[in-house]
Amino acid sequence: MRALCWEGAGALAVREVPDPELRNAADMIVRVRRSATCGADLPLLAGRTPFLAAGDVLGHEFLGEVVEVGPEVREHRPGDRVVVCAAVSCGSCWYCRQGLYASCDNGSTMPARAEAAWGQPTGGCYGHPSALGGFAGSHAEYARVPYADVGAFTVPEPLDDHRAVFASDAAPTGWMGAELGGVRPGDVVAVWGAGAVGQLTAQAARLRGAARVIVIDRHPERLLMAELHAGAETLHFERTDVPAELRERSGGRGPDVCVEAVGTEPDGAATRSLADRLGDVGRAERPLAVREAVHSCRKGGTVVVLGTFSGFVDTFPLGSVMQKGLTLHGARQHGQRYIPMLLRLMARDQLTTEHLATHRLPLEQGPAGYELFRDRADGCVRTVFAP
Amino acid sequence: MGRLAHGGTVLATAAAGAVRALVVPRRRRPTTGPDRRPARWQVVTVDRPPEQVLPGGRWPEPLRPLDGAVELYLRPAPGGRGTELSARPLGGRPELPGMAAHLVGDDPGLLIRETLRRAKQYVETGEVLRADRSRLDRPVVRR
Repeated sequence: MRALCWEGAGALAVREVPDPELRNAADMIVRVRRSATCGADLPLLAGRTPFLAAGDVLGHEFLGEVVEVGPEVREHRPGDRVVVCAAVSCGSCWYCRQGLYASCDNGSTMPARAEAAWGQPTGGCYGHPSALGGFAGSHAEYARVPYADVGAFTVPEPLDDHRAVFASDAAPTGWMGAELGGVRPGDVVAVWGAGAVGQLTAQAARLRGAARVIVIDRHPERLLMAELHAGAETLHFERTDVPAELRERSGGRGPDVCVEAVGTEPDGAATRSLADRLGDVGRAERPLAVREAVHSCRKGGTVVVLGTFSGFVDTFPLGSVMQKGLTLHGARQHGQRYIPMLLRLMARDQLTTEHLATHRLPLEQGPAGYELFRDRADGCVRTVFAP
Repeated sequence: MGRLAHGGTVLATAAAGAVRALVVPRRRRPTTGPDRRPARWQVVTVDRPPEQVLPGGRWPEPLRPLDGAVELYLRPAPGGRGTELSARPLGGRPELPGMAAHLVGDDPGLLIRETLRRAKQYVETGEVLRADRSRLDRPVVRR
């Protein structure tokens, strides 16, 4: 089959690779119809992730048609149109039974590698190296889906592929951001990042009754989308003093909930603050949006970290967390907990996502599609491939 | 409940000679003989009751390669979280400190922990999750 493979730092190519095969009784094989790019792919693309090997297939946010099922698969049959949660989780361990699917104990084939990186093994994720399971990605004609009854969900007709594909990862991540933040009616919510996850966090906050939702970014076309589709107010962080603006718009209190949905920091962002300009810009990442969120949040408020920071961060305002009594949350999305509900919201037009698929390309144009996405060129929010 | 010891081989530390060069001599304890202190327990919590973890006292299949090399211990986990399943090598501590052994892939603790995890996965899900086969192991075939 054809697949989009990582070839080395910054290099991708569409190659012929072996078809996936059933490896466990609870597996199934899906013919991929749509597969989206995601900010979590960018550290992989840049070659900053250990154990990624040349030839590995990228992609984890996808939708497709079932073509083959293992003997233990009960919920799906060939011909079903399914969206597949990006997180690989068993559904049987203690964490899955608490709804903490991304923390699954059994979602990886090499848990020792995650243990070395993070102290404990976590659930798997398609299109990532062995620390997250070592499963091939979805930017391909076919994909293997382990624990198929747990991770795949039938898409109701006539829900459009370009709307439903975001139920795989971006929509549950955004919903979880609002839920972890404990967004309640009347809250002021600030969201850093107007990419797909940021916009869907804003939509989720609106649906949970937030009085004001303020989205912060520097790309005008993304900010316009947040206004149109999430009913959010917007701030261009290069044109205003964000903390001062947030104080002014929240009665001097600061937002009740601050969500970081920036993901990988763009090149050059590390010089945004005086501390960074004066200090050594070394190997540790600067969590600029998280810092601003902690600084801006009201006393006793909640800060949620959704972006993918691959390793260590420096100059983190820990004192502010303590002095203001903040609650700090972080998680990869527990999609299995939210996807059925999100598909219902999508089917009722209460959650719209198709506008995020700004660039819809055949898989053969994978390298060009990632270039658009990485560089935010041509107004690209997400590139969605059709293998 | 209780301890299930199987006598047998002590886990090998075959690369010991190669690793000694990595160890700072001042920090090493005197090597007048093998360290007879018991090795550290490696533990996983299995989200099932003890009778499902070792049904009839039988070791689950993924643990059997360690038969004779480790002793097992299990007890109910607090808070209704299932069973704490522990294992440690028979025959005392390995000669090498953990990091040095780990660097050369000769860490009995890591091997036991990985095996315990496979056993846990087998008990909780009914099978051990298998990785995709390497591209080198199979040909490119059109579906």
